[in-house]
Amino acid sequence: MIPALGLIVGLAVGLFLHPAVPLPLQPYLPIAVIAALDAVFGGVRAVLDGIFNDKVFVVSFLSNVVVAAFIVFLGDQLGVGSQLSTGVVVVLGIRIFSNVASIRRHLFRA
Amino acid sequence: MSQSSSPTNPPPAARSPWARLRLMARPRATKANAFAALLALLLGFAVATQVHQNQVVGLESLRQSDLVAILDNATLLSSRLDQNARELQTTRDQLVSGSTGDAAALKAAQERLDALGVLAGTARAHGPGIQITIDDPRAKVIPTLLLDAIEELRDAGAEAIQVGDVRVVASSSFGQSGSGVALDGTKLTQPYSILAIGDAQTMSSAMEIPGGLSDNVRGLGSSITVTQRSDLTVGALHPLSEPRYARPVPSPAPAATP
Repeated sequence: MIPALGLIVGLAVGLFLHPAVPLPLQPYLPIAVIAALDAVFGGVRAVLDGIFNDKVFVVSFLSNVVVAAFIVFLGDQLGVGSQLSTGVVVVLGIRIFSNVASIRRHLFRA
Repeated sequence: MSQSSSPTNPPPAARSPWARLRLMARPRATKANAFAALLALLLGFAVATQVHQNQVVGLESLRQSDLVAILDNATLLSSRLDQNARELQTTRDQLVSGSTGDAAALKAAQERLDALGVLAGTARAHGPGIQITIDDPRAKVIPTLLLDAIEELRDAGAEAIQVGDVRVVASSSFGQSGSGVALDGTKLTQPYSILAIGDAQTMSSAMEIPGGLSDNVRGLGSSITVTQRSDLTVGALHPLSEPRYARPVPSPAPAATP
């Protein structure tokens, strides 16, 4: 409940403040957001699986974000930044889909 | 990277998934829960920021390859627009020169009309010239004398001539009318007044040459005065009459007329 409230508050703050993303962070923010979403859906799935752990959630959230950003950074350094970004987005997208499918099966038995 | 290991909480298998969600959603004052809330807050902030950023996306957020593609597009578009602009410029130039050509043709035609009007006596004319007044109380002046005067004036370069109230044109003729002189059937009244537009100096000298008009008029015992004017107006008009027999020969082009 508290994290959900936090999400809503963060959305509201972002919407009202319209902060400018610092230039060096601009390529990584979208990937980091996708990775964080993956972690969130993974957390919800873990709750339904009955294996949720706060500490694991926090660590997996942070590591997801950092690793995704790092991969994109590495790709940029190697000159394949856009392709690697696409790859990361595809992989995270697949994971989000499978997590959501699992959640759906738990909640709706379908 | 996600929740896949270390099941620390034994699964409460009896509960339904919804109950499990509700249980998890209960506010718990643990450090990890607060941290998760903070992370969620950051996530929401990041999502909103990124969405906003994407809506006002500028070139600086793009990768080099995208920038190159955009630059290529812009260059292509620019060259196409350049070509467009050149074509339109050419069309405009053609139109402008065409209209100036038309205007020039119109001007030339107007000038031609004015010149012909002065020659044919259908247009009033003004300019430098001379005024000749012949006082002939004893009616000694004969038509030939006035005709000589007109010829002399034409020789001296007169461009428009008026005698009395009658314009002198190519078809003008002098005749006798009682004791006086008639021009084109109109009796001229005394004193005879001749207006001629042309080079005033030349014409007045032509009138004064020995054996010329002045000599002849004075020989008849009449008086003559020749006055140079810097600007006089030949206001009499010759009524234009349609030629009964003569018809213009159509020429293929006006410029080809000899």
